[in-house]
Amino acid sequence: MSDSSEIVGIDNRFTTFISGIVAWVVGLIFFFPVFWMVLTSLKTEADATQLEPVFIFDASFDRYREVLGGVAGTLTAAKAFSNSFIVVTVSTVIVLILGIPAAYSLSVKPIDKWRDVLFFFISTKFLPIAAAVLPLFFFARQFDLIDTRTVLVIVYTALNLPLAVWMMRSFFDEVPKELIEAAQIDGASLVGQLRSVILPIVSPGIAATALLSFIFAWNEYFLAVNLTRFDASTVPIWVTANVSSRGQFFAGLSAAATVASIPVILAGWIAQKRLVRGLSLGAIK
Amino acid sequence: MAEVTYENASRIYGFGSNLEVRAVDKLNLDIHDGELLVLVGPSGSGKSTALRMLAGLEPVNEGRIIIDGRDVSLVQPKDRDIAMVFQNYALYPQMTVGDNMGFALKQQKVPKDERRKRVEEAARILDLIPYLDRKPKALSGGQRQRVAMGRAIVREPSVFLMDEPLSNLDAKLRVQTRTELVDLQARLGVTTAYVTHDQVEAMTMGHRVAVLDHGILQQVDSPRNLYSAPANLFVAGFIGSPAMNLVEGDRDGDQLYFGSTIVPLPPDVLSDLRKSSAKRFVVGVRPEHLALDPDGTSGGITVVEELGSDAFLHTTVSHGGEETIVVVRVDGETSLVRGDNISVGIEGPVHVFEAESGVRLGVPPRS
Repeated sequence: MSDSSEIVGIDNRFTTFISGIVAWVVGLIFFFPVFWMVLTSLKTEADATQLEPVFIFDASFDRYREVLGGVAGTLTAAKAFSNSFIVVTVSTVIVLILGIPAAYSLSVKPIDKWRDVLFFFISTKFLPIAAAVLPLFFFARQFDLIDTRTVLVIVYTALNLPLAVWMMRSFFDEVPKELIEAAQIDGASLVGQLRSVILPIVSPGIAATALLSFIFAWNEYFLAVNLTRFDASTVPIWVTANVSSRGQFFAGLSAAATVASIPVILAGWIAQKRLVRGLSLGAIK
Repeated sequence: MAEVTYENASRIYGFGSNLEVRAVDKLNLDIHDGELLVLVGPSGSGKSTALRMLAGLEPVNEGRIIIDGRDVSLVQPKDRDIAMVFQNYALYPQMTVGDNMGFALKQQKVPKDERRKRVEEAARILDLIPYLDRKPKALSGGQRQRVAMGRAIVREPSVFLMDEPLSNLDAKLRVQTRTELVDLQARLGVTTAYVTHDQVEAMTMGHRVAVLDHGILQQVDSPRNLYSAPANLFVAGFIGSPAMNLVEGDRDGDQLYFGSTIVPLPPDVLSDLRKSSAKRFVVGVRPEHLALDPDGTSGGITVVEELGSDAFLHTTVSHGGEETIVVVRVDGETSLVRGDNISVGIEGPVHVFEAESGVRLGVPPRS
């Protein structure tokens, strides 16, 4: 008995050890490009384009100064960032405002044919975005929305809403039915049930949804580049603007890309704190 | 204080379609003022549905439900003046115990001071004062159960609805809470509808017990009458632990057999038997109404269940040419063991039912 349990123990420790190694290797593989990007951004352009990777060099923030400084008449970092912040925040807020009631009516109080509705939502993602860009462009031009933040808010909302509804529906599904019934008997109105009972339980899910919606919109390049020219251009366009056909640009591009990732990392870090599960613990049983 | 009446109340799934399922079928039931009425039945019997109809969580498709003279069939749950305790307690996880208990009052816009007073009053009754500022997840199962009770008490409703409120507690706590709950209900004197699948709970708690099966009310009576005079075969088999011995057989003229023993039939049963057109009958005898009797039916003991005060002998006897097991209650200090041969005779009342319809023969039980 004790022999066999010892063997099981060794076996378990071995498995833990191996999976630890695998986790680290995979983690490092994913992290390496980020690490290399940051490293490159601190080099001179000459060092950055050496064929043999340079690990020892004089680190400087000159590239950051260059890309953030900008040149008159070109897209500045400040403009791109303010465009991105406004577009991404507004579209994410709209996604939540539309998505929460939709998720409620597909989960807590399912409407007739809710499966079909759910499928309809996801079916809008089947069309490759490349096929949609031309009609979108013509519509935008028709309504005089080319190169406005409005058009980006509209397309990012449309892009993220189906996924948000799907995600939030599954979080709403986890709210115990009895809790809502108890709130009904206790006399809470529909709004009261949502505010006092349902939303506190699904708030980690809503935070996760908002984070994903934020990241997708922040990183979106294809539609932004096709629907804006200059005034409404967003951060991804500003990053690629550092690609130059003359001279070397690797270090500068890396610096721009690093700056562009900071908001996403921050958003992820903030949301992570709210993503703590187990808030519904103790509700039932 | 209130009286509750179900009048031909039905809950029909797929109402109006051709796939109608009657979860509760034409229920007629009165719950008297201040009474603790237990709804009991196996799963799928419609007992929970009947309770949820009273709560307003399930629609009443036919008939109506009346609370204190008011037809509430179409009234919102919050306007029915009821409070419900759920099986899984359904406490609001992000609120403290105090806020959980005061939530309904807050919805009714009761002033804060009075709210606190009433919450503390209920908390005192339930020994929850030290826990008022805790969240539900920091409580034990028993404490959570009491909070759920407290939430119902605070509202001072005219009817309590309880849906298996004890079934998530461990066995010892369940028995303790059972008596506390009976005491509490008696002290508050609030009309209570209580759902359980546990017939021991039903018998020990209910002033009266309503037995349901397949959505149909089988019998409603005091626990004692349910036990001594079950109205039909289903109730006879469902109420009592261990269950009543039920053996099926043909009539032999005016005689029925229990094993090789001729069953002594009282005059009212005999006269019904003569009138009955049924071919097969079921004879029911409770384990305590069987006794060791040298002139009885012989059989071999397969299992001896010793409970200390009593022992139950599971005995294989031959009945109608087939082996069947009957349970006999004997004194706890029996020396009989598995493999012993005994003879079993009837010493007490017998119950006779038509096998097909399940109808009881003889004078119908008082109700």
